[in-house]
Amino acid sequence: MSENVHNNVPLEYSTDEGQNSIIGFWIFLAAEISLFATLFATYAVLFSRTADAMEPAELFQPGIVLVMTVLLLTSSFTCGLAIHFMRQGSLKGTQILLGITLLLGMTFIGFEIYEFIHYVSEGVTLQSSAYWSAFYILAGTHGIHVMVGIGWMIGIIIQLFQHGLTAFTARKVFIVGLYWHFLDVIWIFIFTGVYLIGMVV
Amino acid sequence: MQLDEFFVTGEPLIYIGMAAIVLVSGTILFVLTYFKKWKWLWAEWLTTVDHKKIGVMYILLSLAMMFRAGVDAMMMRLQLAFPDMNFLNSQHYSEVFTTHGTIMILFVAMPFLIGLMNYVVPLQIGARDFAFPFVNALSFWSTFFGAMLFNISFVIGGAPDAGWTNYAPLAGSELSPGPGINYYLLGLQLSGIGTLATGINLMVTILRMRAPGMSLFKMPIFTWSTLITSFIIIFAFPILTVALALMTIDRIFGSHIFTLTGEGLPMMWANLFWMWGHPEVYIVILPAFGIFSEIISAFAQKQLFGYKTMVWAIILIAGLSFVVWVHHFFTMGAGAFVNSIFSITTMAIAIPTGVKIFNWLATIYKSKIIFGTPMMWSLAFIPSFTIGGVTGVMLGMAAADYQFHNSYFLVSHFHYVLIPGTIFACFAGLIYWFPKMFGFQLNRKLNIWAFWLFLIGFHVTFFPQYFLGLDGMARRLFTIGPEWFTLNFISTAGAFVMGAGFAVFVYCIVYSYFKSTRDLPGDVWGVGRTLEWATPTPVPKYNFATLPDVKSHDALIDMKEDGETTFDEDKLESIHMPNYTGQPFIMTAIMFFASFFLVFEWITLASIGLIGIIVMMYVRSFDYDGGYHIGVDEISKIENSLRGHDNE
Ligand code: HEM
Ligand SMILES: [Cu+2]
Repeated sequence: MSENVHNNVPLEYSTDEGQNSIIGFWIFLAAEISLFATLFATYAVLFSRTADAMEPAELFQPGIVLVMTVLLLTSSFTCGLAIHFMRQGSLKGTQILLGITLLLGMTFIGFEIYEFIHYVSEGVTLQSSAYWSAFYILAGTHGIHVMVGIGWMIGIIIQLFQHGLTAFTARKVFIVGLYWHFLDVIWIFIFTGVYLIGMVV
Repeated sequence: MQLDEFFVTGEPLIYIGMAAIVLVSGTILFVLTYFKKWKWLWAEWLTTVDHKKIGVMYILLSLAMMFRAGVDAMMMRLQLAFPDMNFLNSQHYSEVFTTHGTIMILFVAMPFLIGLMNYVVPLQIGARDFAFPFVNALSFWSTFFGAMLFNISFVIGGAPDAGWTNYAPLAGSELSPGPGINYYLLGLQLSGIGTLATGINLMVTILRMRAPGMSLFKMPIFTWSTLITSFIIIFAFPILTVALALMTIDRIFGSHIFTLTGEGLPMMWANLFWMWGHPEVYIVILPAFGIFSEIISAFAQKQLFGYKTMVWAIILIAGLSFVVWVHHFFTMGAGAFVNSIFSITTMAIAIPTGVKIFNWLATIYKSKIIFGTPMMWSLAFIPSFTIGGVTGVMLGMAAADYQFHNSYFLVSHFHYVLIPGTIFACFAGLIYWFPKMFGFQLNRKLNIWAFWLFLIGFHVTFFPQYFLGLDGMARRLFTIGPEWFTLNFISTAGAFVMGAGFAVFVYCIVYSYFKSTRDLPGDVWGVGRTLEWATPTPVPKYNFATLPDVKSHDALIDMKEDGETTFDEDKLESIHMPNYTGQPFIMTAIMFFASFFLVFEWITLASIGLIGIIVMMYVRSFDYDGGYHIGVDEISKIENSLRGHDNE
């Protein structure tokens, strides 16, 4: 009835607590899928309802979103590498790759903020029309998630300095990794469903 | 802002409300101080992470909210019985039906059921606690503070008045300026986060922490219904989260999702609301079905008939509950084709529901029923709920619904499913598990009084409303014509009988506290079939000293045959326990203030609150408190004293 220790599994799965947390987080991601699905549905329903504001095709530029996509995809890769190093027991490697992930994520956010400022300077704001409200809220919700991920990752890197790689910290690294990959997947949908379609329609 | 804009002024009834709030909180403060109970309150309750105590707090919250929303109901009934008396004006009436509906669904039905789940599910599956006790505390406190935020609206700033469905564009900032609707949006948001977290927590607990041998199809049926309910919560509540957030952003930051201007789509709110709302009504009925199943099989002293079909019926209902939402607005012009599809899915729900009804009947068929009070509520549930279900199918016929929609026929339908379904189950479940929770029985005589008053009062109140609906009386009217006087008067009389039933129920709890004997056996009713009755009464804080191997879904029946208990000295090991912590309370209290500031659109203050929340999350993340262990000797001592042996 006390905590069982499992051998022959990666460190993050080695305690019941770790396994429960990871499964719990997967279920949380299911809820997040429901959340983003609702936002996407709202966006789709309000598509083309731009009222007097500009059309998305006039405003979206392929260049900047492509750069953002590459940044985020790369960060997902480095995040995966961080887990790889963690599995090998390399604290340094884990920290460095998490750090790189963090920097890529911050750059992504920088670009997104720049993009939003640019749109606002063109006169398109949250208040412009139903379509633009839905756009800002969908992309913004993703952006806020990324920012949360960044803050969270910073906390975990600090904890790695404090405690090293233990079952407890390994679980935390693994879960923030799941979260980060999830945000990447959502971005793919935003990139295709919002930007690409918005540019051609 | 002037003080008289902040507090609601000019309404005598609201002054009475204010006085009541001041009086009650004053009394609580005085009692706590006089008996020097502050420390006890903090150390034992506000910081607890024990699922049993959290369950009890949920139920207390729910009973308090039932009183509040019940007073709302009485006020509406008074107004409709004497429409010329001008007891409530139209504005005040709108506020009252809004708070009544919202509170009853979100702060009565939900916390009551989640409270019972909190208490019972870990005990039924042989777990020490929830998978995430800390998160469980967080969930409770966010529900609590969400409820508080919603409840203060009527004295500070003004109550929401757009109905519990809060339809746009009426609820938008053009037509409903001011804090009222913001209270609705943020109060529900705060408690909704807690509910979602509970859903995840329960799912992990049930999937991962069952006793050895308890495969999914050996779980007690209440645990099954909880598992499926948490599935619905996980997929439905995020929809509510988004809908509320979108309207909040519309109202406070000027976006155009649901507005009439800027090409917004008010209809989108109705869709999102009911994509959550219909699953929500099944969130509050499936656990109720689970409770009735437990009680009926226990007091009929028979295995539940068709256990597996019961489980599959729950799963099917859960699946269907996501594809019927349009039946709430057949009349809003979706067109014949769409209406037909949703009409069929709606009526399809009646099939698994009917299966369950027949399974209950088959369980009691030729059985030796013991008429314990929980069983009386359960037996009353079957026919009463069936009336609600049948009228539901009538509403589900899209063409006919053009006649019934938004009339008192609809009002009666959902009260016939929610009261005999959810509320009876809450009462039955509370009475059933009460001795486990508190170590004493509720007085049978008073309980029977409460039962008959409530049951008769219920039918007298709501049966006439079907006919009022057929006579054309629309819902949410604050004044009525003479052709509806008689039935409304009868309905009001019934409502007061129900109110009396509730009063007797509460009195019964107080009376029993003073008069009932303590020192009960583990299987208090003598008819228990599941693991929770294998624990001693009251349940020790670690729940189970040792666990048996579970062989069927009636684990206790097998244990009795094999002479097993949950205290097998040879198997004892030390038990790991989490420490209590004040963080959940503090964190959600900050959320409460941040939301309150947002209600008044004081953005700077709300942002400061947000920073506070982030700080608290960091505090939590850096907290490496690993809990403590209860040693074997201490467990032996506790178990021996509870089980009445002397120290062997
Ligand atoms: C056989 C099962 C059921 C069927 C076929 C059914 C059908 C319906 C339909 C068609 C409506 C919309 C009617 C209208 O607005 O004109 C409705 C409303 C409603 N039903 Fe049911 N229902 C069923 C069971 C339940 C259950 C079990 C609950 C809750 C415990 C429930 C709660 C409600 C509520 C709260 C509303 C209306 C809310 C509102 O408009 O304010 N129903 N039902
Ligand atoms: Cu429905």
